[in-house]
Amino acid sequence: MSSADIYREIILDYYRNPRNYGKIDNPDISKRDSNPLCGDELEMHINLKDNKVSDVKFTGKGCAISQASASMLTELIMGKDFEYVKKLTKEEILENLGLPDLGPARIKCALLSLKVLKYGIYSYLSEKLNDATSADKIKEEASGLF
Amino acid sequence: MQTSTINIENIRRDFPILQRKVHNNKPLVYFDNAATTQKPIQVIDSIHNYYLNYNSNIHRAVHQLAEEATAAYELTRDKVAKFINVKNREELIFVRGTTEAINLVSYSWGRQNVQKGDIVVTTEYEHHSNIVPWQLLTKEKDAKLEYIGVDDNGELILDQLDDYLNTERVKLVTFSHMSNVLGTITNAEEIIRKCHKKGVKVLVDAAQSVPHMKVDVQKLDCDFFAFSAHKMLGPTGVGVLWARKEILENMQPFNGGGDMIREVHKYETTWNDLPYKFEAGTPNIADVIGFSAALDYLENIGMDKVREHEIELTKYALEKMSTIKGIKLYGTSDMKKRGGVISFNLGDIHPHDLATIIDEDGVAIRSGHHCAQVLMERLDVSATSRASFYIYNTKEEVDVFIRSLNRARELFRI
Repeated sequence: MSSADIYREIILDYYRNPRNYGKIDNPDISKRDSNPLCGDELEMHINLKDNKVSDVKFTGKGCAISQASASMLTELIMGKDFEYVKKLTKEEILENLGLPDLGPARIKCALLSLKVLKYGIYSYLSEKLNDATSADKIKEEASGLF
Repeated sequence: MQTSTINIENIRRDFPILQRKVHNNKPLVYFDNAATTQKPIQVIDSIHNYYLNYNSNIHRAVHQLAEEATAAYELTRDKVAKFINVKNREELIFVRGTTEAINLVSYSWGRQNVQKGDIVVTTEYEHHSNIVPWQLLTKEKDAKLEYIGVDDNGELILDQLDDYLNTERVKLVTFSHMSNVLGTITNAEEIIRKCHKKGVKVLVDAAQSVPHMKVDVQKLDCDFFAFSAHKMLGPTGVGVLWARKEILENMQPFNGGGDMIREVHKYETTWNDLPYKFEAGTPNIADVIGFSAALDYLENIGMDKVREHEIELTKYALEKMSTIKGIKLYGTSDMKKRGGVISFNLGDIHPHDLATIIDEDGVAIRSGHHCAQVLMERLDVSATSRASFYIYNTKEEVDVFIRSLNRARELFRI
C-alpha cells in the first residue's frame, strides 16, 4: 500500500482526535502492552454489563496507524456482545481500518490494539472467571498475531 | 557530485549496493549509517578471497593455510593499532562488537572492582549498550548507577561529574564519544582528565566516533575504548576492545575455552598471554580479515577528509531542513561539536509514519528510540527520526531527502 492510501483523512482524523481516549476507574478489563521494536504503547480499559461492552477507553503513544487502529477498535466493540469481541480477527481489524494490505513492517502497528484487547480478555477469563479453556484459546490467538 | 573534500563519484563506484533501486525503481538514498554502513567491494572481496583460498582455523595448526589465515587475522590487529594509535598490539581484543566489549568490561573488570556503595557514572545520551550492562553490575553489587545530564543544546552538563567525583565513591565513568542520536561529540579529554585526577577509570564508547573522525587513543589517555567494525565499512560481528595492559593483566577472563588458556588441568587452568586470554574459542576470522580492508579504505581517504566531508554535508542538510515548516531539530548547531547525525521530528508526524513515507521515495532513515530511551525521556519525546551520513552520501541525495520530507508534510497537511 502506498502512503497516500495509508494516511487518508480518516486515519489522520482518528490519530489527531482519538475517540474514547482516556481511562476508566476500576475497569473489569485492564491491559497495557508495548511494541519493543518501535516503542508504541497502548493501554485499554473495558467495562462489561449484561455480557456486553458497556464502556471502553484507551490511552497510548505511537504512530498514526497504531493510535487510529486503537481508537477505531474501541468504537467497533462499544456496546457489542462479549462473545463477538472475543472472536474478533486480525482481518476484521484491518478491514475496519481500511488497510487490508498493510506490509509486514507496519502490520504490527495496526494489530497492537487487538493484541492488547486479546491479552486483556485472557486475564479477565483466567483470573476473574476461572475459565481456563477459553482463556488459553484467546492467549494463543494473541501471541499468534505478530 | 562532490563536496570540496573528496571525490564521491569514485567512492560510490566501490559500493555496488548504492547502484540498486528500491520501491518502483527509485535510487537508494542510504541515510542510516549510524546504524550500520554499507561495505565497499574491497571488503566483500577480501572475505570472499579468505573463504575461497585460505579458510582455516588460526593460532594452532602448523599447515600453510593456518599460517596464512593467522597472519591475515593478526595483521588486522596491527592495522587497528595504527588506526587509533595504540602502542601495544596485545592490548587490542577482538570481540563481536561494542556491546560485547562493554559487557566484557562490566563482567570481568566490574565484578572485581566495583563493590557495595560504589558508583558507576554514565550519561543521559548513552545507547542501551552502555546502560544495561552497568545496571546489571550495580544491581548485583548493590552499587549505584548515576547519570551526567544533557542540556537543551544536547551537550553533557559536566559540572554534575564533579559532584559525583567529589563523593570519592566513583569507580568508573563511561560515556559515548559521540551520541548516536544527537551527534554531539563529547569533550572526552576534559572528562578523562578530571577522572584521572581522582584515580577513576574511564571507558569511552567510540562506536560513533572512530568511523567518522581521527581518534588517537594515546592522546585521549582513557582506560577502556570500544568500537565496532560494521559502522566503519567493515563486516558485522567484529568489534574491538582496547584497555591498558596492566588492567587487562589483572582482570579475570570473560569467556573460558580454547585459545585463552596456557595449561588446563582437571581443577586448575592458567591463562594465555594477552590478548588471547580474552579471545576464547574460534573467533570471527573471516570478518576480522575483512575489517582489514575497511581500515585500508578509510586510511586511503584519510579520516580528516571523512570528517570534513561529513561536516559539509551535515551543514548543508541542517540549513535546508531548518526551512521546512513544522520541523524540530535536535542537538547543537556548532559543527565543531557534532558529527553527521541529525535527529528531528516533523510536526505531529510520528517518526515511524515519516520513515514509511520517505522510504517510498527511496530514502532510508531510522525512526524510533535509537536504543536510547533514557535520552528520549530527557527530550520528552517517544521517538525521533534520524538521518546519518557517510563518505558516499551527496548533496543531491540530501535534496531528494528534503523533497521527500516536504511530501510527507503535505500528506499530513502540516
